[in-house]
Amino acid sequence: MNSSAGGFAIRTDGLSKTFGSQHAVDGVDLRVPEGSVFGFLGPNGSGKTTTIRMLLGLASATSGQIEVLGRPMPRSLDTVLPEVGALVEGPGFSPYLSGAANLHRLDSAGRHTVSATRRDRVDSALERVGLSHAARKKVTAYSLGMKQRLGIANALLLPRRLLVLDEPTNGLDPQGTREVRHLIRSFAAEGTTVFVSSHLLAEIEQICTDVAVMSAGRLVAQGTIAELRGGGGARVRVETPDRGAATAVLVRFGMAVAEPGADPLDVIASLGDDDLEPESVVAELVSAGVRVRGFAVDRPSLEQRFVELTGEGFDVVQ
Amino acid sequence: MWSNDSTVVAARRGTLDTALLASEISVLFRRRRTVAMLASLALIPVLIAFAVKLTSRPSSGRGPAFLDQVSQNGLFVSFVGLLVSVPLFLPLTIGVVAGDTIAGEASAGTLRYLLIAPAGRGRLLVIKYLATAVFCLASTLAVAIAGALIGAALFPIGPVTLLSGDTIGVGDSVVRALLIALYITVSLLGLSAIGLFISTMTNVPVGAMATTIVLSVVSQVLDSLPQLDWLHPWLFSHYWLGFADLLRQPISWDSFGSNALLQAGYLVVFGALAYGRFSTKDILS
Repeated sequence: MNSSAGGFAIRTDGLSKTFGSQHAVDGVDLRVPEGSVFGFLGPNGSGKTTTIRMLLGLASATSGQIEVLGRPMPRSLDTVLPEVGALVEGPGFSPYLSGAANLHRLDSAGRHTVSATRRDRVDSALERVGLSHAARKKVTAYSLGMKQRLGIANALLLPRRLLVLDEPTNGLDPQGTREVRHLIRSFAAEGTTVFVSSHLLAEIEQICTDVAVMSAGRLVAQGTIAELRGGGGARVRVETPDRGAATAVLVRFGMAVAEPGADPLDVIASLGDDDLEPESVVAELVSAGVRVRGFAVDRPSLEQRFVELTGEGFDVVQ
Repeated sequence: MWSNDSTVVAARRGTLDTALLASEISVLFRRRRTVAMLASLALIPVLIAFAVKLTSRPSSGRGPAFLDQVSQNGLFVSFVGLLVSVPLFLPLTIGVVAGDTIAGEASAGTLRYLLIAPAGRGRLLVIKYLATAVFCLASTLAVAIAGALIGAALFPIGPVTLLSGDTIGVGDSVVRALLIALYITVSLLGLSAIGLFISTMTNVPVGAMATTIVLSVVSQVLDSLPQLDWLHPWLFSHYWLGFADLLRQPISWDSFGSNALLQAGYLVVFGALAYGRFSTKDILS
């Protein structure tokens, strides 16, 4: 693609949006590297969709700057948006038109789209999301999952450098969710930057290269997925009655052993050096005569980090 | 994906683009609701014609102007149909279409997708307004044409005696009927602009439709109060029934001109208000 290495597909500085006295988005500095699959995470109501609306020029920012594809928004809206495909807060279609007619309409709404290729582009977008068979059906007869796919097809009507997908798996069954993940991977393989928001972390954890986490309108974490996971780091847990001996062995490997926890049989240490092979630790423990009853390497899942950052369950920050 | 070349994205500022307008008009007229409204309007002259045909008693002197002439000349069905439709039925359908322009898209969730297409906010407003204007023309023509057809079917057709006492032939009277339809279309352009403005203020299309229709009634009520004489020339409905001037020989264009000027004024004011509101609006629907 025509991207300069190291550039940002989306960059915001101090982006804020206030509704009355409520700070929906508060000082967000997003950095979405070009070519990344960027997971935009946060619980419901954390400001994700409001941020996306500002990125696309649907809502104006109360303060702060936005750059999309290297150009300021909303000032360069006319030249930026044709290169951006988006699904914002669910699909929106005229129920009395067919799926194909809806796409025709939205495509002709674009000021500079070429009508001669419209039919082909609509057909291929529909095919890509597996809706060719329902193209002539009225949208009112579509299931939620089909509407969601039609929304994704709309984002694919033109060659895009950036796709913004807000909750793309909403309303999809597990199979549909897998298909969407597969689609996102294929966009990324073509060099398109994909900015995908979700409150369901497990759904996008597997496909993202970069992540940002929103909570109560603020950006609480941002970085590559490894960086975000690394915030916790892998840990080794040894279950043994020989606490002292085990600790001595682990320290020899350069690991930091945690204070004894609730379970007197557990010795927990951070793995530290990534190159260290856990099996060599086990071999060393055994040869040192430590009675190993259990050994585990825990890598904190992104979900744990997510919960640490945003709060548990419904107990989200207001 | 598609290669990023001229087959998909035209150069900026290409030829006058009519794709969205064409799409908008075709969507509007393919919609069942629009077809139903046009059919109901066409039914009005049909009902009048049958009522006159079935009760062929001597004239009572009451009822809308021209009603008495209908049984002698079928061409008058058009005139009576238009006269009867102007105060309520036409504003009703225009209110529905104009009130739906932006609010309807907002409530369907299509507004945000049109804007990120990107349609351009000003351009979308202009196209929505033009489509409404086309509907104004279609709705008056529906009444006029249905009236002419049913009139020709049920009554004799012949030369028409004008208000000035002159007589014109059938061909000339068809031209007059079309002129009247045009006059009424122009009459409704102010109301369309008001409806468009109201539609930018809400995400509830029914609210915008009802408000627009109520305003058309209010304007006519105010226009009927002699105490408000000073206000009358400024009311958008003031010239709505002034098309009788087109039935004189020679045609008097005075009311046509005043009406067009007044409607243009409403279009400028409410078009500007609509743009002012819509161009800065946060689209949160």
